[in-house]
Amino acid sequence: MNDETEKKPALQRLMDNTWLLLALGVIVPFLSYTVWGWIELSLLKPALLP
Amino acid sequence: MSAIVQTLVDGTKKILNPGRVCATTGLSVCRTAQQFIKLNAVSAVVFLLIGGVAALLLALTRWQTVHLLNAEWFYRIVTLHGLNMLIFWILFMEVAILYFCCTTPLNSKLFSKKVAWVSFGMMLTGALMVDYIILQGQADVMMTSYLPLLAHPLFYLGIILVAVGTLIGVFNFFATLYIAKRDKTYEGSVPLVTFGATAAAIIAVVTLLHGAIVMIPTFTYSMGWTPQPDPMWYRLIWWGLGHQSQQVNVCAMVSVWYFLASVTTGARPLNEAVCRTAFVLYVLFINLASAHHLLVDPGIGATWKIWNTSYAMYLAVLASMIHGFTVPASVEVAMREKGYVRGLFGWLTSAPWGNPGFSGFFLSLVIFGFGGGITGVTLGTQQINIIAHNTLRIPGHFHVTVVGGTTLSFMALAFYVIPLIFEKDFIWRKAARLQPYLFGIGIVMLAVGMSFAGSMGVPRRSWDIDVAGVYGPAAHLMLGFVGVGGIIAFVGLLLFVLLCVGTLFFGKSTKGRAMTDWGVAKAPAGVAVTRLEEHDLSATKGTFAMVLIFLACFAVYYFANWKALADVWPVR
Repeated sequence: MNDETEKKPALQRLMDNTWLLLALGVIVPFLSYTVWGWIELSLLKPALLP
Repeated sequence: MSAIVQTLVDGTKKILNPGRVCATTGLSVCRTAQQFIKLNAVSAVVFLLIGGVAALLLALTRWQTVHLLNAEWFYRIVTLHGLNMLIFWILFMEVAILYFCCTTPLNSKLFSKKVAWVSFGMMLTGALMVDYIILQGQADVMMTSYLPLLAHPLFYLGIILVAVGTLIGVFNFFATLYIAKRDKTYEGSVPLVTFGATAAAIIAVVTLLHGAIVMIPTFTYSMGWTPQPDPMWYRLIWWGLGHQSQQVNVCAMVSVWYFLASVTTGARPLNEAVCRTAFVLYVLFINLASAHHLLVDPGIGATWKIWNTSYAMYLAVLASMIHGFTVPASVEVAMREKGYVRGLFGWLTSAPWGNPGFSGFFLSLVIFGFGGGITGVTLGTQQINIIAHNTLRIPGHFHVTVVGGTTLSFMALAFYVIPLIFEKDFIWRKAARLQPYLFGIGIVMLAVGMSFAGSMGVPRRSWDIDVAGVYGPAAHLMLGFVGVGGIIAFVGLLLFVLLCVGTLFFGKSTKGRAMTDWGVAKAPAGVAVTRLEEHDLSATKGTFAMVLIFLACFAVYYFANWKALADVWPVR
């Protein structure tokens, strides 16, 4: 059984590992969309009123 | 009606699934899962009806000639329509699909009945709270509820309950996957339908976490306990809920396509590894599409916008194109194997178009792929977005993805779910065969009207466009399309609800026998079924021709939009 597992391609192992997929599925969009966007907004300086 | 029993190596017997055996498919059905599939599906249809009535009122208001509602009720009904259609109908149905996909295909029982009750109770309570407070006129903030617009605290609390309840249902799904693997109720990898549902569940986790992050501080603000959250921050995080919840739909819808292609034509995935890879691309990249909604926001830089809506997001578009090819191609291969080999499209014209499961799923695929795919990629281009943002083109796009795509595929699924899970044969079978066409044609007409009116600058979410005095007869004609398409689609929706409810009360029981066949694809008399060889390119030539047509349509639409952009912003 272990030999069979070792012979599986990396992509197949990823697809069979629900928890790794879950972790990647949460981390990638959080970093790319949420955290990056949040940082950009937090770095904005207050607008000066005319 | 017996339990599924596994004989272990030491000779002891172990009950894997204390359920029944489906007389039609031979698959085991967990009774607990079945109970909650029923509860969630029935609730989903009730919220679909509420959202549908709201849709009719809105279509008859945007149709300027009719202009039914006054301004106050228009915005109230916009709020009601958005939440019931985009959140409640979809989430209840998705929980039902998740419970099915983690039990029956894996021969497993549902992890916990108590957890399922908590999930369902929270979702139902939350949804009823939201609808009540909207109809009381205390939440006229539309679905997005952008700050500084402020609704009654029960509105936010209701959405939090729905989000957390769904998250608990998703937990029940993952826990069931865990116990199925631990108990070895299946061998090898999970079936493709379950894998697609897993991708949907992962995206749902991200979606619902964003919902919690944005709604909890907004709720505490509405109670006067904390200061107002920053409106730009609110928009960033809210779209992590609002758009991503529709990506859960996409995954669930694609899983439904594979399921219905299989049961109606005997199709099998062309290449499981490629299909699963496409789902992985969804998991990793599709959520970034939320950035489309912020393309004209000034606070976030171009690098973030272009990365999230172009480079990374196109990997998710690639996944959609893979599914958009493999699903019809698998149907084509299955039909050609049965002997329907005439010309490019003989397999398609011979398909079981009278089966609402097939017609609903195939129309959903075409409407989603052609209408939704082409408009989505075009509107999501940063430069083009500047001429489309906040116009009716945007709802024109998402009515062909979420309604013509997801809702129609879920309706098609119901034509199998009700006989298999509720064990009732459908009543009014002739009307049922017409229903997908009626709904599909209505939605396409509505979306075409919205898209062309939007191209003329007609804004979305506007009660009255005549006060501006700038829209001519062409724009009004297109709004007439919206009204008539809305009426046709509503009739299709109402027919669907009547068919479902009528079947639950008056349908013939299928207990102990197979469901009455809707008419699946079979080989003609005297023709032997042959198995086509792998890599036989001629087996999918019809689908390839459709891909070329798709590419031509996309090129025309995409470059016409660049021309339109150049016209409003000429470079001299």
